[in-house]
Amino acid sequence: MANLRRICEQELAGQYALEIIDVLENPQLAEDEKILATPTLIKQLPPPLRRVIGDLSDTEKVLLGLEVRPQASAQTPPRDS
Amino acid sequence: MTTDDTSLSPVRKLPTGIGSFDVIAKGGLPVNRTTLLSGTAGSGKTVFAVQFLAAGIQQFDEHAVFVTFEESASDIRTNMRSFGWDLAQWEREGKLSFVDASPDPHIEVIESGAFDLGALLARVQNAVKKVNAKRVSVDSLGAVFSQFSDQSVVRRELFRIAWALKSMGVTALLTAERTLDYGPVARFGIEEFIADNVMVLRNVLEDETRRRTIEILKFRGTDHQKGEVPFTILPGDGMVVIPLSAIQLKQKSSNVRTSSGNAELDKMCGGGFFRDSVILVSGATGTGKTLTVTQFLNGGAAVGEKCLLLAFEESREQLFRNAIGWGVDFEKLERDGMLRVICDYPEVATLEDWLLSIQKIVEEFKPSRVALDSLSALERVGTIKAFREFVIGFTSFIKHKEITGLFTSTTSSLMGGTSITEGHISTLTDSIILLRYVEMFGDMKRGITVLKMRGSAHDKGIREFNIDKDGMHLGRPFRNVTGILSGAPVHVSPADLERVWSQYDAEVSDRRRGSRESESGERRRGSERRGSASS
Repeated sequence: MANLRRICEQELAGQYALEIIDVLENPQLAEDEKILATPTLIKQLPPPLRRVIGDLSDTEKVLLGLEVRPQASAQTPPRDS
Repeated sequence: MTTDDTSLSPVRKLPTGIGSFDVIAKGGLPVNRTTLLSGTAGSGKTVFAVQFLAAGIQQFDEHAVFVTFEESASDIRTNMRSFGWDLAQWEREGKLSFVDASPDPHIEVIESGAFDLGALLARVQNAVKKVNAKRVSVDSLGAVFSQFSDQSVVRRELFRIAWALKSMGVTALLTAERTLDYGPVARFGIEEFIADNVMVLRNVLEDETRRRTIEILKFRGTDHQKGEVPFTILPGDGMVVIPLSAIQLKQKSSNVRTSSGNAELDKMCGGGFFRDSVILVSGATGTGKTLTVTQFLNGGAAVGEKCLLLAFEESREQLFRNAIGWGVDFEKLERDGMLRVICDYPEVATLEDWLLSIQKIVEEFKPSRVALDSLSALERVGTIKAFREFVIGFTSFIKHKEITGLFTSTTSSLMGGTSITEGHISTLTDSIILLRYVEMFGDMKRGITVLKMRGSAHDKGIREFNIDKDGMHLGRPFRNVTGILSGAPVHVSPADLERVWSQYDAEVSDRRRGSRESESGERRRGSERRGSASS
């Protein structure tokens, strides 16, 4: 959680909306979203839908996965919300 | 906590309701425990897993949760329709709940740092609570490993889930795949952490035929049958186990005699067949096996016994025409409801399926006599092992039902010898009748002998018989011929015969009386001794 807040603040300051759900309290939501692992980070917008599981300690991988930072060889400019 | 409970009381079993599985499991799956079901691709894991739940809902009104890691829930709903299980309906009724953990190809998942499967566990717990489930199936564990890169985490988490299932008070079935039918129990070493109870499904290719078996490897702290047991998967019923040892040698033995349909043959058998006995008629092609069957059925119908004929060699028309040739009207018998004839190529089904469908017909028609013509035709459908199991299963079934059974078997050589069939089943049958060709001075004659008649005296002679439009007529014994059974009949001149007998009689003068009437003294005495020992 600390990792997530740090990443959000550092990389996406002011450009994000974050909702935190406790699956133990709301298992039906986990069922609907077909979530297996905790913690799971779901990036709903902008598309494409992406999921990152784990404590997000590997910041580079998180950013790569969320496509909020240009990949080394990628042509597309960074997209953010 | 569970271990404390069970150490005081014996492990209880939960009847699964899966066709005959509870017999080999001696009651069912251990209650409140997890059982690992391992098998190769296509061995029937998912069917078993779903049937475990379906049978619980249908037969015991026990609600269930299905956790799927492999196929999507909608696929399973569709696939299981063919077994008559309406999963969607049960879901609407609140009897069944899916936890769909199948991978979604549209969602890309990236791993970053440590994680656990707490969400999955929460979903399972939620589903169990929601429908008040007593049974949980998880299909299949191996698929979880492919969804995550860190296998040690998956291992740890699955162990946690398996442990949690115990505390939820459910009886759980977890499936896992294996790569070989005879190899390690499961991939990823799953059996190391879910090892209370292990069962293995196999789908082995043997002699170009598939053979499905289930084996209970271990049930911790409780009893079960050992070894592989064949099973089959039927469209309407799902999995049906065919336990052989379940049918123990407990069947009643009847002293009631029943006619073979031929008075002379009855006399040879010491008064007819026993009601719940199994008779094997063995002979080369054309020696009169089908005739014996026809007479047997006609004789049954004549005394008001319903008869079932399972014909695997000849078509209906051929059988009916032949019967008319011997003065028996099958068509009329069938119209009167005394006879039912099942004609089919043995190849249309596996032996396991044949056994089950025959059992179904017998249950429904309730015949007093069953004739099978011929076992040799069935033999070519499966492996020797499968055939043996078929014969054991079938004979014990009809004995249990107090049905008189008559099987025929075709010997490969014309003149004598034994068929492979006989070698496998002779000990299972109560009586054996041999039909043989006997060559005598350029003539082919037919001989009949009762080789074995369990629990009764019988004529040990080899009698000549003729076939005409009224059927079979027994004649005199072959007195001057030896070696009929070995397939090399030798004619013995009356003078030689006299000399042999007189020598023999001199040696055993105390047994002189009556020996003159016997056909071949030495053989007769020998077989009598054997006969008395076996009866």
